[in-house]
Formats: sequence, structure tokens, C-alpha cells
Amino acid sequence: MTLEHTDVERIAHLARLQISGDEIPAYQNSLSAILALVGELKLADVGQVLPMAHPLDVAQRLRPDVVSEADQRDRFLAIAPHSEAGLYLVPKVIE
Amino acid sequence: MEWQAVIGLEIHAQLATRSKIFSGAATAYGAAPNTQACAVDLGLPGVLPVLNGEAVRMAVKFGLAIDAQITPRSVFARKNYFYPDLPKGYQISQYELPIVAHGSMEIELEDGTTKTIGIVRAHLEEDAGKSLHEDFHGLTGIDLNRAGTPLIEIVSGPEMHSAKEAVAYMKKIHALVRYLDICDGNMQEGSFRCDANVSVRPLGQEKLGTRAEIKNLNSFRFIERAINHEIARQIELIEGGGKVVQETRLYDAERDETRSMRSKEEAFDYRYFPDPDLLPVELDDKYIEWVRKSLPELPVAKRQRFIDQYGLTSRDATILTASRELADYFERVAKAPGSDAKLAANWVSGELLGALNREARELDQSPVTATMLGGLIARIVDNTISGKIAKEVFAAMWDGEGDCDAIINARGLKQITDSGSIEALIDGILAKNPQQLADYRAGKDKLFGFFVGQVMKASKGQANPAQLNDLLKKKLDS
Amino acid sequence: MTNYHTATVAELSHALHSKKVSSVELTRHFLDRIAAHDRRLNSFITVTTEQALAAAAEADRRIAAGQAGPLTGIPLAQKDIFCTEGVRTSCASRMLDNFIAPYDATTVQRLNAAGMVMLGKTNMDEFAMGSSNETSYYGPVRNPWDLDRVPGGSSGGSAAAVAARLAPIATGTDTGGSIRQPAALCGLTGLKPTYGLVSRYGMIAFASSLDQAGPIAQSAEDAALLLQALAGFDPRDSTSLDRHLPDYRAALDNSDNTSPLVGVRIGVPQEYFGDGLSKGVHDAIAAAIAAYRKLGAETVDITLPNTRYAVPAYYVVAPAECSSNLSRFDGVRFGHRCQDAVDLMDLYKRSRGEGFGAEVKRRIMVGTYVLSAGYYDAYYLQAQKVRRLISDDFRRVFDGQQVDVILGPTAPTTAFRLNDKTSDPLAMYLSDIYTIAVNLAGLPALSMPVRPVEGLPVGLQLIGNYFSEAQLLNVAHQYQRVTTWHRQIPQAYAK
Repeated sequence: MTLEHTDVERIAHLARLQISGDEIPAYQNSLSAILALVGELKLADVGQVLPMAHPLDVAQRLRPDVVSEADQRDRFLAIAPHSEAGLYLVPKVIE
Repeated sequence: MEWQAVIGLEIHAQLATRSKIFSGAATAYGAAPNTQACAVDLGLPGVLPVLNGEAVRMAVKFGLAIDAQITPRSVFARKNYFYPDLPKGYQISQYELPIVAHGSMEIELEDGTTKTIGIVRAHLEEDAGKSLHEDFHGLTGIDLNRAGTPLIEIVSGPEMHSAKEAVAYMKKIHALVRYLDICDGNMQEGSFRCDANVSVRPLGQEKLGTRAEIKNLNSFRFIERAINHEIARQIELIEGGGKVVQETRLYDAERDETRSMRSKEEAFDYRYFPDPDLLPVELDDKYIEWVRKSLPELPVAKRQRFIDQYGLTSRDATILTASRELADYFERVAKAPGSDAKLAANWVSGELLGALNREARELDQSPVTATMLGGLIARIVDNTISGKIAKEVFAAMWDGEGDCDAIINARGLKQITDSGSIEALIDGILAKNPQQLADYRAGKDKLFGFFVGQVMKASKGQANPAQLNDLLKKKLDS
Repeated sequence: MTNYHTATVAELSHALHSKKVSSVELTRHFLDRIAAHDRRLNSFITVTTEQALAAAAEADRRIAAGQAGPLTGIPLAQKDIFCTEGVRTSCASRMLDNFIAPYDATTVQRLNAAGMVMLGKTNMDEFAMGSSNETSYYGPVRNPWDLDRVPGGSSGGSAAAVAARLAPIATGTDTGGSIRQPAALCGLTGLKPTYGLVSRYGMIAFASSLDQAGPIAQSAEDAALLLQALAGFDPRDSTSLDRHLPDYRAALDNSDNTSPLVGVRIGVPQEYFGDGLSKGVHDAIAAAIAAYRKLGAETVDITLPNTRYAVPAYYVVAPAECSSNLSRFDGVRFGHRCQDAVDLMDLYKRSRGEGFGAEVKRRIMVGTYVLSAGYYDAYYLQAQKVRRLISDDFRRVFDGQQVDVILGPTAPTTAFRLNDKTSDPLAMYLSDIYTIAVNLAGLPALSMPVRPVEGLPVGLQLIGNYFSEAQLLNVAHQYQRVTTWHRQIPQAYAK
């Protein structure tokens, strides 16, 4: 599995990562090598095996519908890079 | 060429839980921004989701009410995309294994026939926050109070062919979630909203046309208008030699048009995968039976009961069971002391709904309560007033003049049932109209109605109509 | 007594309870050692001197009042992956260089409640992604046994700090070997518990279905003491299990029996002794096997045929989960935000591009790729199926062949030199070849030191069945009762 320059750009965009043009060849190489490594998975004879998403075969626990969290807005906003009037601010969102 | 529209709806109903689907923060509407967004809702590093059992119970209630399959082992998945109102960069939803699948809902069409709309699935997911576009120095403000509010997304098949059908379906779902008490149905606050997938195809063609998804539909009126607009746009586009592109369009109520959403221009690759922070939700028969026992009387059953118990017509029963609130209102009116069920049905579906419609009010904003209306009907039944006078009393109650007895007294509307008084009025009218009296006696029977009208007018409408008839007949024929 | 640092936690606990030393004295002692030695080692990102002394004073009050537990007053180093309220929690990333956590992780709460004294937050690979501690934004950690070598990773700071006795014990997290491999390379006893035994709430997620926190300690006994405090049900973690826990320390057999392991079946997997295993490590493990036979254990040859797929499966599952887990670092609510973003896309891309280092970006991209449309089935789904094959291998051995413990090397070599593998991610990934399968299966495993090679520690790995931590620790403890490798301290730090 060899990734093209444009593949790396597409993945980086999907992952919202700024990668400069001169960094791309290095990523191209290392990502291709990793994909070659994980490509060995296709040699495994999985037959009818069910996929395993979790190490333990346990069901989800259900929480009682109780309001347990108090307002901590000021504490949380204190660590925000940019906030005003109780809101987190971001560059204009265009719908 | 004749075209057929194909419409599928994705309805989002916020579940009326006290706390969020994956955190213990409150879900109340209208709190100050970000005061109901806890560490989990904010997606702080290290936090984890824990599923609210009540959200599961409500989704199962809905599934049972639409005769759907309840998935014994459903799975939460992450839908990955970046957006500022989505704190974690993914929405926890359900993908391959939704909690509810293969249900249906019957709707009534305008021509009186019914149609069954398939509900492909209903899955649990978390709501996103809100972007506030007021200008903060050219920036957008993010309020995450809504983030993590539980939703069920109810996905219909592409089985509706007009905006009217779509609205009828949505109204039925709306009524159902309120019957079930799992969603407050408030469309203005966004508790109940929908996206519509719309496409057109030449009539008779099986293959579906390319669809556009219309977002931001939060009133029945907008849905109808937006869908009609979109159907017309697509037909015009194709007939003009163009092609419909698969895209997301936003309905702009002010301009009554849909437009392409710039933010959704790029094709999304959501990279769904099972959420490793959550385990499969396993529901056994015992659990499902436990939920089934908690189901209230559903619209179909209630409608039949109204026909059987109160002798209502099928039409009235349909109207009165359109919402749980209206049905409850009707039953309170019908059961008021001295009231009558058939009269109650006529008054609720006639005067009351007419007045609410005229003033575009919801039932809970009616100035005439069920007790007041029941009292009014009791006065018709016991002959205190006539049906005609009752309409005047109803109007006065609507205008806030008090309850019916107070209005009858204040306005002196009490029916005249004293024979002597009615006879005196009759004598006066006969004396004033000698020619008509002679004509009647000469065989012009039709004039009977003239005399009734004159006497009634003289009584200011208060004469008991039955008594008036009897007494007048006796006088004329004597 | 000035050499508190040569004592184990069990010994310090005894000294505290018999009032031979106060927690404040102990805490000062270790803080002084950090000040003296850590400039070279770089094992701490943040040292919390004031909080530590305050916590120590409080611990002394508890001890005086007779309200102390076995860990009250014991100094501790916390890996900088656990959220600590009011203290920077960086995950060794520029992304969180400015992040003061507004809450405590559940494990932090539990250790605080036990009266432990946090000395500071230890260095690590960025977001726990690495096996050498060289991906840290705060620079590499050096191995106290040889400063030119790596301590292993990702919990390299915790391991180096305990190896140099700058702290008597530390926490770590293990996603693919991040507790066991640095423990091996630094000569320590490190335990990765069964998935679900220790709460993950407040531990910054790398790969949610693999991550598990555990102790990095001087001995199995110390690891048992810390595990006792870490383990337990947490309603805030859906994957936390509500079950009765044994007394891990009490489960250690301290009788005079000279064959304490009679009846214990130790499985030796042929796949863990193949190509790639260095001769020195091989021989040291073989000697330990002989020692176990002397202790009465029976050894059985076993096979784990899907071992070859463990590294490939891991490098699909872990990056997939990490790509999603790290999406929340977007410059909006916390963490690094780029300057003067021109629009939303620019804000996302530059904040993340600047905030994450190269290895983290690489793994996010691998994960994004394997989950993306058209590749999901071939990579992610296939990896999940292979994961079950790997898990079934272990089941066959534990349940079918009645094996109690699987024994093998923790890492194929002793500590390698700094920069040896930084330019070749694949070579780095293969240093976890023996540890990764355990995480995929969710099993408990520990690493402990055996006979060193050329002055460098060698780690022996013991893998147990689900929730068999007590037995696993006892099997390690029996070896440590008859050997002293675990008590060795690098010469420069012994005094």
C-alpha cells in the first residue's frame, strides 16, 4: 500500500491537521510503511469470526436519570483560549 | 411529463429526561449559556460517557408504540466530524445496530383513506450545542447547554409523495411522542424538528431520483412550504435540462426558499465505528415487558374507546384523539357534572377548536377551560339556555367575562320557560301581524316559521324553543 | 536514616506507621532527590512541591490520629496523563502545555483519599504514543542505568523516576506495553491490570478499548499495595467493572514453604522466543524459567499462533481509536489555539498542526485512513476479527490447557540508545511485540526484572487470565523472595 502525495493531503484535511508541503514526503513514506505492516492482517484466516470491539463481554450499565452536575461554567471558561459573555468564541461559522 | 415526489423524513425528538444522555448535567431549556454543560458535555480530556437508563426506556416506549422490533443488543457508534458545536469532534449515535427498527405509522389522507408509512429505524444519539451568530467582533459564540441532550432520530422510508403526506406523518409522530410523554414536542424550542429528504422521478419510474436534504424544519407550516418549494425547484431544474445534485439545503423561512448550505459543501466521511467507551446495550424480554406495561393508552385505542364509550362518530373520534391534551380536555368536558358526551364532542371540535384556530393559540392557552366548557354544556342540558345562546356565552367566556353562570346572570340570558310569559309574547306578535295571521289561517302553513322568528326576536332569543313551538301551535290552531 | 529511597513502599509504610519517619520528612527527601537528579533524567514535567508538603503534613495528622491506611504518607509520582485538579496536565504535548485540569481523575481521587502524597507529574511519550519517551514535547527521558539510553515508553518518566528512586512508586498507563516495557528497561515491577479493573475516568484517552492504568513499583508487593488503591468500580466509567476485589497483598504467600509454586502451571509460548529476541534477554529469561522450576512450578510449552498479527492489529485499532479520541483537541474549549485564525478550518488545522507532534499526527492519520470510506472493512473490521483470534489463543491456553500464567520476555532487547529508532517508526513499534497482544485481549500482565545483561535490566513478563492479578503478583513475589534483582539501584542513585 503506497500512499500518494494527494492521499496524505486528503487524510490530513479529514483529520484537520496542517501539514506543510515539505513534510508530506516523509509522512508519505512512514504512513505507507505502516499500512504495509498492517496489511499483513489480510493474511489472517478470520473465517466466520465475529469482530471484537471490547476486551470483555459485558453489557452497558444504565445510569439513573438524576441531575448530578452543578454549574461550573466559570471554572471551565477559565481554561478556554477565547470566551466572552459565557460563550466559547470561534471564527465565524457560515451555514 | 408527470412527476412524482418522493419524500422521507428524519425526525429528531429530544427525550424529556431530566439529565443528559451521557452525563448528569440538566437538560432544562433556556438556561444561561454553558451553565448546563458539564465536563462530559464539554468533552474535556479524560471524561467518559455513561448511558442514561431513562433515555433507553423512552426509546423502547417509542419502539413498542410503532410496533417495531426492539434490538436485543444495540451498539453506540461515533460519527466523526469537526464542528464547533460538537465538542468531542464526534457525535455519539447509533449506526449499524439502532435500538429500534422496522416500525410503522398509519396516516389519514385528505380523501379519507389511510396509508401506512414504514419507519426504518429509530436510534438514540446526543444533540449538539448551538452556534450563536450574533456578532462577537466577527466571531461566533458557542453555547453547549444543548450538547448531550438525548434525541431519538426517527427515520421513515422514502414513502411519502406530497408535502401534505409528510406533514400528516410528522403530526402523527408528534402526537405519539407526546402521548408517550417522552418528548415535550415544542417545535419552537427545537425539541421536535425534522430534516426532509426530497427527490422527484417521472411517474411510474421505480428508480429514485437524486435527493436533496432540507434542514432546519421546525414548524409544520415550514415543512409543507419547504417541501413544496423543493419539489418545484427540482422539477423546474430537470425540465430546464439541469440535474439535481445530492446536497444539504437550508430552508429560509423569511424568504420562503431553500438554499445550498456552504458549510456542508464537502462530502462528509463520518468514519463511523463502535464507541469503545460504551458497551452494547442489552435488553431482554423481561425489560421490554416492563416497559410495555408502562405504555399509556395509544391514539388508535383511545379513538376506538371514544366511539364505543361515548358514541362518537368516527370523524369526531379522530379529531379528538389528535393529541393527548385534546383528548384529555374532551374527556374532562364530557365528564363534568351535568354534561353530555356528544354535546361535548360537538363543542370541543366545533366552537373550541374554531376559536383556537382563529387566534392561532395552543390548547393550553385556551381561556375557556374544560371545567368552564363542561359547565356551559350542563346549562344547555338542563335547559337554562339554548344552544344558540350558549354560543354567546362561550364567546363571553373566551373574552374573560367569567364562568357561564356568571355570564348568564349578568347578561340576563336565562331561558324563558314560563308559559305565561311566552304566551304574552305570542299574543303581542299575533296582534301586530293581523294580515299574516289571516293568511296562515287561510292555509299558508309556511308562515309558522315567521311567527316563531318574531316571537324569538321579541324574547331576545331567550324563549325555550320547544315551549315556544308548542304554545304557538296551540294559539294559531285554536 | 537518610537512605529512605532505597526502601520499598512496604518498608516505608512500616516506618511511617511505627513513627520512625514522618511523611513530611520522606516527601522532602524525595523532593530533594528530584532537585538533585532530575535535570539530567528529565523524568518529571511538573514538580508539585507545595501541594506535596501540604499533603504530607495532612498525612502525618492522619497517621497521628490513627486513621491511616497502608499508603498514607507515601510519596508518589503521577504520570502526566491523569487529570489533576489545579495542576497542569500536559500529556507531554504542546497541545496541553497550558492545560490546568479542572478536575481529578478517579484514580487520582482514590490515591489522594488513601493519603498518598503526589510529588509531581512524570514525563511520557506525547499522548502515550511511543515506546522510548522520545516523542515528549518536554524532551526525552534518560534511563538511570545508562543516560545514553531510553527508559522505554510511554510511561518512561514514571519508570526512570522510580528506577533512580526519585519516587518510591509511580503510576503508569499501558495501551500496548507502556507500563511493562519501561518497567523492563528500567529494572522495575510494572503491572497492567485486567481491562475494566481500574477506572479510566480522567485518564486522557489514547485508545479507549486498550488503555489501562497500573503501578510501576520496586516489587510485586509494592505493586499489590498500589493496585489495591487504584482498582475498584467507578460509576463514571461504563467499562469499569463492579466486582469483589481480593486483598492483593494478603494474597502473597510469605510462608516458609521452599516450593511455594507446586501446582502452578507456567506456559512458555514458542512464539515469544523466536527471531528478534536478543541472545542476552533469551538467556536471562531461560535462567528465570529454571528458577521457577526450582520453586515448584511446572512449565509447559504452549503456542499462541496468532501472535504475528498482534502488532498489525494493534496498529489499526489503536490509531483508529486515537484519531477519534484526539478530535476534541481543536483549540476551542481548552488547550493550544493558533494565533490569528482566518477562519474555522484554519483554526482547526493550525491549532492541531502546531499542538501535536509528528508521531501523534502520524497515528491520527493512520487511524483516519483505516476508518475512512472504502477502507473500514479491509482494515478496521479485519483487525477487530483478528483481535478475537488473538484473544481466543489466550483462552485456549488458560481455559483449555489449564495454564495459570504465561511467561516470556517483556521486550526483545534491553534499553536501546536515544535516537536509535526515532527515524524508523516501524522498528519502534516492534519493540512492543510481546506486550501488545495482552492489551488486545484485555488480560492482566506484569513485568519484573531478572538477571541483567551487560549492566542493563531485563524484564520478564507474566501474563495471567482475566482478574488473576492476585495470582500473578504472587508468582512474581515468589521469584522476588529468592532473588534480589528487583532491589538493584543504578549506582549513581543508590546513595
